[in-house]
Amino acid sequence: MENADTASYVDFYHAEGKHKGILSWLLTTDHKRIGLMYMCSMMTFMLIGMTLGVLMKIEMLTPGKTIVSAQTYNAMFTLHGLIMIFLFIIPGLPAIFGNFMLPLQIGARDVAFPRLNLLSWYFYMTGGIFAILSLFLRGGPIDTGWTFYIPYSIRTGTDVILPLLAAFILGFSSIITGINFVTTIHRMRAPGMGFFKMPLFVWSLYATAWIQIIATPIIGITIILVIIERLFQMGIFDPALGGDPLLFQHLFWIYSHPAVYIMILPAMGAVSEIIPTFAKRTIFGYKAIAYSSLAIAFIGYFVWAHHMFTSGISETSRFIFSLLTFLVAIPSGVKVFNWVATLYKGSITPGVPLLFVMLFVFLFSIGGLTGLVLGSLATNAHLHDTYFVVAHFHYVMFGGTVMIFFGALHYWFPKMFGKMYNEKIAKWTIPVIFVGFNMLYFTMFILGYEGMPRRYWDYLPKYQTLHVISTVGSWILVTGIIIMLVNLINGLRKGPKAPMNPWGGKTLEWTVPSPPPVYNFEEIPVITHGPYYYGGEEEK
Amino acid sequence: MFNDATNYAQQVDEVMLFIVISSVILLLIVTVAMIYFVIRYNKKRNPVASQISGNTKLEVFWIAIPTVLVLFMFYFGYAIFHESRVVPKGALIVKVVGRMWEWKFEYNNGKDSKELYLPSGKPVKLELTTLDVNHSFYIPAFRIKEDVVAGRENYMVVLPQKLGTYDIVCAQYCGFHHSLMHTYLHVVSNDDFMKWLGTKDSLESNNRFQEYYPVKKLLAKN
Repeated sequence: MENADTASYVDFYHAEGKHKGILSWLLTTDHKRIGLMYMCSMMTFMLIGMTLGVLMKIEMLTPGKTIVSAQTYNAMFTLHGLIMIFLFIIPGLPAIFGNFMLPLQIGARDVAFPRLNLLSWYFYMTGGIFAILSLFLRGGPIDTGWTFYIPYSIRTGTDVILPLLAAFILGFSSIITGINFVTTIHRMRAPGMGFFKMPLFVWSLYATAWIQIIATPIIGITIILVIIERLFQMGIFDPALGGDPLLFQHLFWIYSHPAVYIMILPAMGAVSEIIPTFAKRTIFGYKAIAYSSLAIAFIGYFVWAHHMFTSGISETSRFIFSLLTFLVAIPSGVKVFNWVATLYKGSITPGVPLLFVMLFVFLFSIGGLTGLVLGSLATNAHLHDTYFVVAHFHYVMFGGTVMIFFGALHYWFPKMFGKMYNEKIAKWTIPVIFVGFNMLYFTMFILGYEGMPRRYWDYLPKYQTLHVISTVGSWILVTGIIIMLVNLINGLRKGPKAPMNPWGGKTLEWTVPSPPPVYNFEEIPVITHGPYYYGGEEEK
Repeated sequence: MFNDATNYAQQVDEVMLFIVISSVILLLIVTVAMIYFVIRYNKKRNPVASQISGNTKLEVFWIAIPTVLVLFMFYFGYAIFHESRVVPKGALIVKVVGRMWEWKFEYNNGKDSKELYLPSGKPVKLELTTLDVNHSFYIPAFRIKEDVVAGRENYMVVLPQKLGTYDIVCAQYCGFHHSLMHTYLHVVSNDDFMKWLGTKDSLESNNRFQEYYPVKKLLAKN
C-alpha cells in the first residue's frame, strides 16, 4: 500500500527545476536540498574536528611532547572547539533536520523565506571558509581557546581577527535561520494544527529559534568590540588601556551560555519524536515537555555567570547565579522523566534510533548531573577549568546532542534518501560507541577531580595512566563512529528502497513518499489529532 | 576520597560526595526504569500500547522533589564556599604575582620567592595580581582556585594544616606554556616558617618550567 503511489510522483532529487547539475543544488530554494547541503558541509567539518580531537588525545599519551609542540597543541584545541561548536553543534540539528523536517512536520510546502534560507547557507559556508583560511594566513592558527579571553586574545601574535569574523558571519547565518523558523512556525502550520498539536521537535525548534534571534547579536557585538580593541587599542576590555576584561567575559557568556541550549534543545525535540514512534503510544506529558523547552530557553539567559564563579565577581553574584543554575536543571529533569514515562506500557520495538535515544538518556543524564557538581560553589572552585569540566560538557554536547544527531540521522535517513541502511550493523556500533565514549570521557571526571587543569599540553606524571585509558577509548569511539558512517554511506549507495513510513510514525513527514516530492504535499493536510495519536482518547 | 590537607578541602569533598550520591541514585532510577520498560513492554510481550497522555500529580511530584533536592545542594555548596571568602582577623598576607609562565610570591617583610611557603595552622590571605594576561591560582589539594585577572586584585583565603608539599598550577589558559606554569606550596611549621622568612630571597625553583628548560636554571645560578 505504501509503495503503491510511488510510481506516480517525482521526488525532489529528480524533479526538473530552473537549473541543472551542481547549480540545481547551489541555487536551490528547496528546504530539503538546503538541509542536505548543510549536512554535507557539516559532516565534513565534524570529521575535521574529530580528527583534531583524536590527535589531541594522542598528544596526551605522555607528559611533555608526544607528537606536537605546545604551540600546535594550543592551536588544535582552539580549532577543535571553534569547529565543533560554531560549525557543527550549534547549527547541526536545526540547520539539517530543522530545515528538512520543519515544513514537512507542520504540513507546509517550504519555509517562510526560502531565499533567506539559501542565503543563510552561504553565510554559513563563508564563515566556515574564513575559519579554515585563517589557518594559512599571517600569524598562523589562532591559539586563544574558543573563548578568546581578553587580554590574551589582544596580545597573541596569531591571527585572531579572521576567525572572529568567521564567527561573526556564522552568527548571521544563525539569526536568519532563527527568524525564518519562527515565522514559518507562526504562519505556515496546516489548518487545524494549533500550537499544542505541533510535534515536539517543532516546539524545540521554536524555543531554539528565539534564543538564536535574541542572544546571537550579543556575540556579534562582542566580536566587533574585540576586533576594534585589537586594531585600534580603544580601551574597552584591555585593563592596560582602562578597559575591563570581566566585561568581556560577561558579554561572551551572555551569548555563549544560551548557545548551549541552542545546541541541546533541538536534540531534546528529536528525542520526543523518536520515543513515541518506537513505543507506539502518545507522549507522556506533552505540555510539560513543550513548556520545559520554553523554560530552559528563558532561565538559560540568566545563568551565564556560572562560567565566571572564580573570576573574582562579588559573592552576591556567585550566590544568585549558583541558585539560578540549579533551577535550570529542573526543566531538563522534567523532560527526562517524561521520556522514560512514555516507554511505560508502550509496545516497544527497539529500533536503531531508539537505542541511540537510550544511549542519549544515560550519557546526557551523567552530563546534566555533573552540571550540579559544577553549579555548586564549593565544588566549582575546585573543578572549574579542570578536566572535570571537559568531561561534563562532552557528556552533554557529545553524549547529548551528537548522539541524538546520530539517532536522528538513523531515524530520518529513510525519509531523506528513500533508502535503508543495514540495521544489524547500526545496532552493533552502539555498544562500541558506548564503551569508547565512557573510556574516553569518564576518566576525565577523575582526572579533573585529581586536579588536572584543562588546555594542558604537559601534565604531571601521576595523571598518565588515566590519560592512556582515555586515549585508547578515543580510538574505540572513533572506530564505532566510522563503522556507523560507512554503514550509512553503504545504505545510501546500495541499500534497499525505503517505504513511506518504515517506523510507523504518526507525524506528517511520514504521510508523504520517501524521498518527498518537491512541494512535499499534494494537498495540505487538515489536522484533527495531536501529533502522536495512536488511537484512544485525547487530552484536551 | 576525603582529603585532609585542610579542613576546607575535606568539607568540599563532603559536598561532592553528597551531590554524587544523590546523582547516582537519580541516574540509576532513570536508567533502570528505562531498560526495564523497554524489555517489559516489548512488542512481543505487550502487543497493544496503552495511550496514557500524562498525569498531573506525577508531574508535580517530579518537579517538587528535584527542586527541594537541588536547593539543598545549592545551599550546602554556598555555605561551605562562604568560609573561603571571609578574611579572618590577623591573617597572614602574601602577594601572589602571576606572569607568563611563572608565579612569584611577596611577603610583607619584603622577601620574594618562586615557591610558596606557608605556616601550618595560620589563616592566610593570598592577594592575586598579574603582570600580563589572566591566570588562575589553583591548589588542587586545597580544593580551591581563584582567577588572577588583569587589572584587578582578587583574593583567596586558605588555612593550611597538614605539613607537606603540594602542587600549585595555573588553571586559566594563558598561552604557549600555560601547562608549565607550575610551582610548589610548602606547608611548614610556624618556627620553620619564621626561620625561612628571615633568609634571603629564594628565586630558584624546581618547578615544571625549569624541568623543561634547565638552561635557564643554569644561567640563573651563574
